[in-house]
Amino acid sequence: MAAKYDLRVFPGFRAVTLFCLAILYAPLVIVTIYSFNASPSITNWDGVSLRWYVDVFTGPDSEKFKYAARNSFIIAIIAATVATCIATLAATAILRGGRFRLRTVSFGLVSLPLMVPEIVTAVATLIFFNAIGFDRGLLTILLAHIAFCIPFAYLPISARMQGIEATYEQAAMDLYATRTLAFRRVLLPLMTPGIVSGFLLAFIVSLDDFIITNFVKGAGVETLPTAIFGAVKQGIKPNIMAISTMLLGISVVMVTLSWLVSRRDATK
Amino acid sequence: MAGGAASGGSSQSDTYAGARVWLLLPAWATLLILVVAPVGIMLVYSFLTKEFRGGVIWEFSWEAYDQFFFNRGLFGDEPPRIEWTYILIFWRSIWQAGVATLLSLAIGFPTACFIATRAPRQRPIWVFLVTIPYWVNLLIRTVSMKFLLRDNGPLNEALLGIGVISEPLHIVNTNLAVQLGLFYSYLPFMVLPIYAAVERYNFSLSEAAADLYAPRWTVLRRILLPAVKPGIVAGCILVFVPSLGSFLAPDLLGGARNFMIGSLIEEQFKGNAGNWPFGAAASMILLTLVLIILLFSARQQGRQEAR
Amino acid sequence: MTSIVKRALTTTAAAAVLSLGAGAVAAEGDLVIYHWFEYIPQELLDKFSEEYDVNVVMDTYDSNESLLAALKAGGMGTYDVAVPGDYMVEIMTNEGMLDVIADGELKNKGNISEEWADPSFDPGRKHSIPYQWGSTSFAVSRDVYDGDINTTAILFDPPEELSGQINMLDTQGEVLTMAALHMGIPQCTTDRDQLKALNQMVQAAKPHWASFNSDTAKEVLVSGDVAVGQIWDGFAARARAEGANIEYAFPKEGYVVWMDNVVLLKDAPNRENALLFMDFLLEPENIAAVTNYARYVAGVDGVEDFLDPELKTQPEANPPADAGPGVFVQACPQEIQEVYDQIWTNLKK
Repeated sequence: MAAKYDLRVFPGFRAVTLFCLAILYAPLVIVTIYSFNASPSITNWDGVSLRWYVDVFTGPDSEKFKYAARNSFIIAIIAATVATCIATLAATAILRGGRFRLRTVSFGLVSLPLMVPEIVTAVATLIFFNAIGFDRGLLTILLAHIAFCIPFAYLPISARMQGIEATYEQAAMDLYATRTLAFRRVLLPLMTPGIVSGFLLAFIVSLDDFIITNFVKGAGVETLPTAIFGAVKQGIKPNIMAISTMLLGISVVMVTLSWLVSRRDATK
Repeated sequence: MAGGAASGGSSQSDTYAGARVWLLLPAWATLLILVVAPVGIMLVYSFLTKEFRGGVIWEFSWEAYDQFFFNRGLFGDEPPRIEWTYILIFWRSIWQAGVATLLSLAIGFPTACFIATRAPRQRPIWVFLVTIPYWVNLLIRTVSMKFLLRDNGPLNEALLGIGVISEPLHIVNTNLAVQLGLFYSYLPFMVLPIYAAVERYNFSLSEAAADLYAPRWTVLRRILLPAVKPGIVAGCILVFVPSLGSFLAPDLLGGARNFMIGSLIEEQFKGNAGNWPFGAAASMILLTLVLIILLFSARQQGRQEAR
Repeated sequence: MTSIVKRALTTTAAAAVLSLGAGAVAAEGDLVIYHWFEYIPQELLDKFSEEYDVNVVMDTYDSNESLLAALKAGGMGTYDVAVPGDYMVEIMTNEGMLDVIADGELKNKGNISEEWADPSFDPGRKHSIPYQWGSTSFAVSRDVYDGDINTTAILFDPPEELSGQINMLDTQGEVLTMAALHMGIPQCTTDRDQLKALNQMVQAAKPHWASFNSDTAKEVLVSGDVAVGQIWDGFAARARAEGANIEYAFPKEGYVVWMDNVVLLKDAPNRENALLFMDFLLEPENIAAVTNYARYVAGVDGVEDFLDPELKTQPEANPPADAGPGVFVQACPQEIQEVYDQIWTNLKK
């Protein structure tokens, strides 16, 4: 049955992949390099220095960025946690709840925020809060984030749940475990990798959101993206490059961690 | 994407059928209140009278849609003609998003195939490499792109340096810059679903075809491509839809010279125009457009599965 | 594994809820400013903050129109003061967005210089105090072009070497007023032929323009991305200070003059602090710090002693004798404004 050639190899695909990675990384690498530039100008190279990293923490804008970063992390943690809980429950109902009439509708509803363009969600949410007279602030951002994080949490969770045979819980229930117990002791532990990636995805999506936040944020409330937007609107500056490099570093660490967690789980 | 994941396949069971109302309640409540209701109110607003310089007056009016589709001259008293301005803006957005999607597909498909055909232990590392840039803030990525592409930026300097070009390439503030920006923003969204589809693909199908002396590229086109089509469709949607409503790339990379739908809508609420009903109407039209595209692709996919 | 994750999640969530509650509400001793970007030195805000023990929060906008839009979209009742330009003060007054400053509420009101004490856009200064005034015109790179720049044709009918190298401000008022000056037609004209001609003229000029951007108006000149930029005078001076070899034009057809004003917003959550802040900005030393930073001109008596000496000779603030008139942007009535909105949308389609 040996084929004439290796079917898994397509000539040129490796080159395209490397090209793809080059495109993805070129701007970030250049920004990383320039973040170590000693010159305040972005066009001249003036030797290596850490001054812009110092500037991020002690410079005139540092308070603003710290405040924005704090808001961003608080909102992202709460929104991702709530969205992950909601998505886990919904996935259980949709994938383990048998056939029911509203099943497709429920799935459609859960993935709705993914299908509505962000600008439309932003406008609708703005009008909504305006119509019901809800004062805009951190809370409005949080509510909006919870809603659009749900599908991002749902996707990895449901993908994982589809891979778990229902026989595990059935076996537990055959041994007289209650449904709640089967859920907590059998399904949830098996679900952990999916839940962790769902949480992380929701977290990063919330942390990254600009358009919706910009529409629903209240007076003087900044998140990291809106603060960065405020700064980069006037052109990219070295301190923004330093922030970008640090964000890249944090991302690498977080993705590595989640990968290690899932790998440890898989080898267990 | 739109329908596929709901059909749970073999793992479907009814273990929690009795509790499903309670399990679904939080999701329904959150999304009905925070997504469906706002869209409903937005629909209502699109039929209200605009208040000069922002806000609405609670009186029914067709005016927002009339303004979108009919041109009554600069002074509003000529016989109505078809208004091409906004159709043009929508068309431009569709075009830009479409080019960005095709670019992503051209680069993303080979990448996804390449990754999916690595040894299983290597795959996560490649996926990891593709997704990392996405974890950096979108704004920063867009601005970095602009920094790279500037007339006297690193790309031009490098190309001039090695003598490929003699004049700097003028990319920033053109449509190409916007397309590149959109492509760059959403590329991982193209790679991941295709990767997932190719990874699930059973290569013994290709083997069977090859045994019948089908050439390599025919196998790719006739056997692999149809099998992973749902992944490709999902990837295209995930790139196309956010590109369609984006306003960062046109604003930062396109020089805000030409409106795209996103900037047109933003302008109604945050900028010069201050016409809320019109912004709501444009949002509704955009939403309808996207839902039509999604329904169409879901039906296509459904038809294919039925075959 | 699971329990660790669970515990980590619950503790972080609990901590987050607590700190969210603490940070969300404006405590007493706050001042919320809605201001232009890059228009006030941070040190001055810190000084006010320390002197009066007030926590200062600032949001920024990039055009008078977006200020109005944001306030209309639910911003009222959350900000204390804003800094609209002349015509926008008039619009906001008509919209009922400004609070009245009663007689005697500002102890430094007498510091306002006479020429700005009773402006047409706010007779008797009932709602506002002067912040800075200056002009809007454009700056041209002398590396690229060495001909006569004192004509609006540089923007609307540029010589070949400048075509495609022009950044316009992304604000309807300043672009269309400049265009009206270029054509020699009155602002807010009701003459249909003039409006049609204006529409056609800006359409014909657009291919010469590389971008519309207010935020990067300075940056694009400094980096050399464009050769001509529509810009405010002080911003041009700062671009020059940052190394751009540019010259600010005073077109013979005329240019835009403006005054930005600190206004007291209706329903200001911290009205007392807003008044303190306004008094603070009427002290010559403080408003001079703004002038030294932003390179415009204050509307307060007694600032001279605190100003950088070089501001006096700054070319951006000293129009040549043959310069055209400086005109304020007018607030048009609704019917005319709607035509202008249409022209603007046509321009950007």
